[in-house]
Amino acid sequence: MKATIPQPRRGSGSRADARFQAVIVALASIVLVTALAYSVVLLLNGASAFGREGLGFVFGSNWDPANGHFQAFPFIAGTFFTAIGALVIAVPLALAASLFIAEYAPDWLANPVAYLIELLAAIPSVVYGLWGIFVLIPATLPFQKWLASSLGWSAPIGPGLFSAMLLLAVMIIPFIAAISRDVIKLVPNDQREAAFALGATKWEVIRYAVLPYARAGILGGVILGLGRAIGETLAVTMVIGNANRFPQNLLSPTATMSSIIASNFGEASSPEFVSSLIGIGFVLLVVALVVNFLARIVIARLTPQGTV
Amino acid sequence: MKKLLIAGTVALAAIAVAQDAKTITGAGASFPFPLYQEMFAQYNKTTGVQINYQSVGSGAGRTQIIAQTVDFGASDAFMNDELLKTAPGAIVHVPMAIGAVVPVYNVPGAPDKLKFTGDVLAQIYLGKITKWNDAKIVKLNMGVKLPDLAIQPVYRSDGSGTTAIFVDYLSKVSSDWAGTVSKGPQSTVKWPVGVGGPQSAGVAGLVKQTTGSIGYVETVYAKANKLEYGVVRNSTGKYVDGGNLKEVALASDSKSLPNDTRVSFTNSDIGYPISGFTWILVYKEQKYGKRTVEQAKSLVDLLKWMLADGQKINEQLAYGQIDGSALAKAKKIVSSITYGGKAL
Repeated sequence: MKATIPQPRRGSGSRADARFQAVIVALASIVLVTALAYSVVLLLNGASAFGREGLGFVFGSNWDPANGHFQAFPFIAGTFFTAIGALVIAVPLALAASLFIAEYAPDWLANPVAYLIELLAAIPSVVYGLWGIFVLIPATLPFQKWLASSLGWSAPIGPGLFSAMLLLAVMIIPFIAAISRDVIKLVPNDQREAAFALGATKWEVIRYAVLPYARAGILGGVILGLGRAIGETLAVTMVIGNANRFPQNLLSPTATMSSIIASNFGEASSPEFVSSLIGIGFVLLVVALVVNFLARIVIARLTPQGTV
Repeated sequence: MKKLLIAGTVALAAIAVAQDAKTITGAGASFPFPLYQEMFAQYNKTTGVQINYQSVGSGAGRTQIIAQTVDFGASDAFMNDELLKTAPGAIVHVPMAIGAVVPVYNVPGAPDKLKFTGDVLAQIYLGKITKWNDAKIVKLNMGVKLPDLAIQPVYRSDGSGTTAIFVDYLSKVSSDWAGTVSKGPQSTVKWPVGVGGPQSAGVAGLVKQTTGSIGYVETVYAKANKLEYGVVRNSTGKYVDGGNLKEVALASDSKSLPNDTRVSFTNSDIGYPISGFTWILVYKEQKYGKRTVEQAKSLVDLLKWMLADGQKINEQLAYGQIDGSALAKAKKIVSSITYGGKAL
């Protein structure tokens, strides 16, 4: 028998190959075309909102549909505040949970805990919202009241910026924790053993050998959580208090870009109102793109040389 | 790909088949949704006609009837002349129920049926009356001990016909409100104070949870959530209970109702002052697109039934009935619907 170099099968094989490629290209372009199409539709339908208010649409604070004023800054700010606040609360908790599961807990405990955390990610947001209204808000109201009275703020009602941050934090913890745990587990054992051999304590191993190595992956998880926090609509709408104004303090009711769209789109009567809501949708899309883009840069910078 | 195309064609064909006289599609207001659901279920039982109603909101109801993607739209706010002009044909409004909006509250120690005036409600929602023992509230409720407690106003965060009726009333009774917040029926406004709950259930839930709160919901939600609600003084000085559906129905009889029923009758001189119609919107000339005479007939039969037998369901579900001159005018509107110029 002659030694042959393996070659693609002749005949139908190459035709199948071409066909497969065509299908793949077609399917991939559907995704691209869809993304492009909805950006264009959002921009076209929202353009008149930008046209009427100019930069005021993004930087002005007067949202008064009854009198024809549509300035969306309070909602843009609301989206940023809730998302960043949620991250500040969620990241330490999620990181602690993932370190516990990956480095400290014995298997019989680590697996169920990991499973439970992942289960949290599967809960529908309406359930989170209801939980927020009936459990989280009543439970934190005494703290909110104490905080308001000690800082001289007006009495909080419960729903507001703080409640939304807290609820979002709970919602994004599973994303950050699950990804962090996976990347921490992927840190080669050589890395840990080398550090131990140098006489490092467990904390020092984690601090100097594990976390720097897993940093990019953990950030990826954080970005995913941030994306979820920016886009989350229903649960936030249920606990944020939905006031069309810039929050006076951490506990006051306000709104986010997605919550104002969800609350008002169904009954928006005038064309100006509808186009303003669509315009907010476009701003939300841009914000999401910018955040993702920045995140990619950060991850690229922080990825240690020689790792994937 | 080919298979996908075939599947798509089959699906489209199925939709086309569904557009026969035995199926009627509608979309719009969520406020009358429980009522329509019950009406349509009973109508289906007696006639076999299937009605698909999407409770997507009044705004979407108006948009969809203009776009002719549904057989009827439903809205808590009537279409103004400007909007009617954007439709490809004449649209008529058929009132189907009257909704009453009551002020609900959670004040420890306060009895049910506290008395309110429109001005007091406006002052509360403007943030000018901030305590339950404010002299203006105490004066209306002599003999009731009201606590020194901050008022927490609660409103609907989603655009809603309920809000439209409530703020329309406030703008009629308070020049302060009309000057600073809104005029006429508006489905959402810039609330000077307070916190917003999603949907009626959200408002009811917030009021139930928050000590010192006041909110506004349709009567049915006040009753279902066992919330205390106030009686409101109408323009003749009488305190009227929005839970009394006879008083609610009476309000639409108050002034000379226009023949097309497009009117807001809040602050009426008889009956309960915070109430309004909810309408079904259909084209006066039913011959448009690919509609058949059977489809048009089927739709008109439904509307006739809703104004006759259907009205018996209204009070069971805490909606005001269309009655008296309003009923006569509604029936006249339905009989004016034509197909190809001929009455149906």
